Amino acid sequence: MTPAAPATLVLLVDDYADNRDIYVQFLTYSGLRVEEAENGHQALDKAFTLRPDVIVMDLSLPGLDGWEATRRLKHDPRTRDIPVIALTGHALAGHSKGAFDAGCDAFITKPCLPERLLDEIRAILAGRRPRPGESTS
Amino acid sequence: MPAVRTAAGRAGRRVQPGAGVAGRLEFLEALLVAGDPVQCAQRALSWLQRRAGVRRGLCLAAVATDGPRLIPMASLGVRDSAAAKFSVDLEARDHPLTRALLSASPVLIAGNGSGAAATPLGKTDLQAIPLAPIRAGDLPAGLLLVTPLTPAVVAEARWLGRVLGPRLAELVAARRREESGQRLQRERRLLSSIINAVTDPILLTDGEGRIIIANARAEALLATDDEQSEGRRRAVALNNMLFSAALTRRAIEGAEAPRHEVPLVDPVDGSDLLFELLSTMTSDAREGTGIVSILRNVTDLQRATAELEENYRKLRQTEADARAERDRLDLVIDSVADPILVTDPGGNTVLMNAPAEHLFTVAPEAASAEAQRLVQANDAHFSSFVSNLFFEGDSRRRSGRISLVDPGTGAALPMEAISGKIVSEHGEVTAVVTILHDRTEELERARLYEELKKVSAELEVKVRQATAELVRQNELLRRSHIALEQASALKSQFLANMSHEFRTPLNAILGYTSMLLKGVSGEMTSAQRRNLERIDSNSQHLLSIINDILDITRIEAGKMPLTLADFPIPDLVDEVLAEVEPLIARSQLEVATRVDRALPPLRSDRQKVKQIVINLLTNALKFTPEGWVRVTAAADPNTGRVAIAVADSGIGISAKDQTVIFEDFRQADDSPTRQYTGAGLGLAICRRLASMLDGELSVRSALGEGSTFTLALPRAPKDSG
Repeated sequence: MTPAAPATLVLLVDDYADNRDIYVQFLTYSGLRVEEAENGHQALDKAFTLRPDVIVMDLSLPGLDGWEATRRLKHDPRTRDIPVIALTGHALAGHSKGAFDAGCDAFITKPCLPERLLDEIRAILAGRRPRPGESTS
Repeated sequence: MPAVRTAAGRAGRRVQPGAGVAGRLEFLEALLVAGDPVQCAQRALSWLQRRAGVRRGLCLAAVATDGPRLIPMASLGVRDSAAAKFSVDLEARDHPLTRALLSASPVLIAGNGSGAAATPLGKTDLQAIPLAPIRAGDLPAGLLLVTPLTPAVVAEARWLGRVLGPRLAELVAARRREESGQRLQRERRLLSSIINAVTDPILLTDGEGRIIIANARAEALLATDDEQSEGRRRAVALNNMLFSAALTRRAIEGAEAPRHEVPLVDPVDGSDLLFELLSTMTSDAREGTGIVSILRNVTDLQRATAELEENYRKLRQTEADARAERDRLDLVIDSVADPILVTDPGGNTVLMNAPAEHLFTVAPEAASAEAQRLVQANDAHFSSFVSNLFFEGDSRRRSGRISLVDPGTGAALPMEAISGKIVSEHGEVTAVVTILHDRTEELERARLYEELKKVSAELEVKVRQATAELVRQNELLRRSHIALEQASALKSQFLANMSHEFRTPLNAILGYTSMLLKGVSGEMTSAQRRNLERIDSNSQHLLSIINDILDITRIEAGKMPLTLADFPIPDLVDEVLAEVEPLIARSQLEVATRVDRALPPLRSDRQKVKQIVINLLTNALKFTPEGWVRVTAAADPNTGRVAIAVADSGIGISAKDQTVIFEDFRQADDSPTRQYTGAGLGLAICRRLASMLDGELSVRSALGEGSTFTLALPRAPKDSG
């Protein structure tokens, strides 16, 4: 659990503290570094300053929402290349389309078990983009 | 005897006077050579002149032509006109020549003597010597008259009378025979031309039917020769047969049979001829029995008869036609329900049909005073209507309305009357035909029509009111529809929100549980682990319920988009089995697949199809305590669709429950303690999804005998192009 290279930094954006807590516990337990943000503005600030390896973005956020935050990240040269995994409790079809339009690289519907999230992070860092169809089941 | 000498010297050259027997022989020789009585008589007188010196003489022969008569055959020294006077009828018995002939001996007829007639030679005395007949006792053959009355003359004349008589009689008879033969020939020719002149065929046939005599017409029909044409010969042969047959029939039937008709053929033009046969038997002592037949041509008669019969038949037919026509007309008139009357210019009714009779005549059995009064009233009305027409010069038609009364019931009959004049070729009105039409129904119809119009108007008002009401209701409905749509949208939104709100805490529950089970927070006792697993499975169950509700909501809101693509069915089945593998392993059931690898790709929403098959398979595993589960996929050759079926040997579904299981939130056996999906929404969702894909989900099952769920899908959805 202690890789030679600096551990992967994950920016976890979610307004629901318990969910953040689960993923932080599990990802840390799995050997990743995790930074947290609880709203859009915080997420942008941390992303620009920390330059994480991957951002896990809950779309329903108070104030600046996940879609808008992602759009700004993808329009900024500093954060353009950081993969964004969208995470949402909304299962309606419009959500995933909106997420990809905003520039998200992957889309996961809640509930999402922590190990599933870990799999997704590893996959996207390995350069594999999961098919949209697979991510909704 | 100078006289004799003179005579001899004048006439005789070869014969010596007084040559005696030799001179007589010479004469006999000449007599035999003479061929006719005149020559014979002349030779006799010439010989007497030479031999005895007769100066004048006559030789008369008794002939039987036109009665017995003496006629001069030859004369000597007498003028012909004088000689002609010696022709004497032997019936005139007092004539000196007759007497001289009958005396049978030489007689002297004195010239100028007794009797004024005396002799044609006037004063000259004549010696009359009868000529001997052929047989003694017969009338003398003639009379020789000579002069002068010398003894030599008398002697020679008397010798001559004996030898000349028989010869002369013989020659006279011969000549007479010859003449009568010629007459017979003439008569025969005459007879022949007479019978030939008859236009009817006449025949004489012998006992065997052979033709003895036939006139020209008969020969034309019954005789032929080789020069004639084949057709004509045949016709003649046929005619002969027909004629013989007719004769035979007549012979059998006898002469009493009224008529014998013989059909023959004209040999010239081949036309049929008809003859009537009249035949008579003739008997002749020498010729035997024969039949005289006269054929009367009745061809034209027959034709005339036939024509007459035909004309008569036509006349009868015409008469029958006319009668039938009249009957038909009567029938037509009587069959018309409207009264029809024909009135003459005097106002008298000439003809009326049964309905008219009902109005204008009184039935004897119902002759009540009232009926009679009504009939009279009807009559008066009608008469006045018709009489107007007679006075109106120009118009040939008139229509009007008259009020009549039914004499039977007393009911009023408003009538439409239409009259037409029948005008003769001279322009006179000969009759008026009137048709009456009962207007009761028409008036009733008019009344009903008015009523209908009124009701229709009322109805229109009502309809207008109803329409206005409908418009108002529609508006209300439209508003409530909008409200409903808004409510529905709100509901979907609410459910979506709820779903999100549910998922967020559920995500936490599942997440923490999962981490605990994974040992992130350290090891647990087995009791803790077991309880935690219960939490996990219930959380999963809750999640599946939320997912199902969300699916239903999405389908109902039309927010379940279809993503169509071509994909192979075997791959899909493999994928489903792989996904459900943990359940299969846990179930300990024998799970098999039978998939036609050659199935063509299916064009559909892969994800939805997969969702349905997974649902069916998990159901099968869930409801099969032991035995097997089988997944099959094959093309249905009848419908052209692909059938994916999941069969099991499970608990089965009763017929009653087979409809229930497809309803929302219904399950034949709803058990929340089951570990797997199943809020009773699974099959309801599957069926909805199947129909979205233009497919069909059906079940075949019986309680305790397993179930087979079949998803039938088209190769491609209808509107996918």
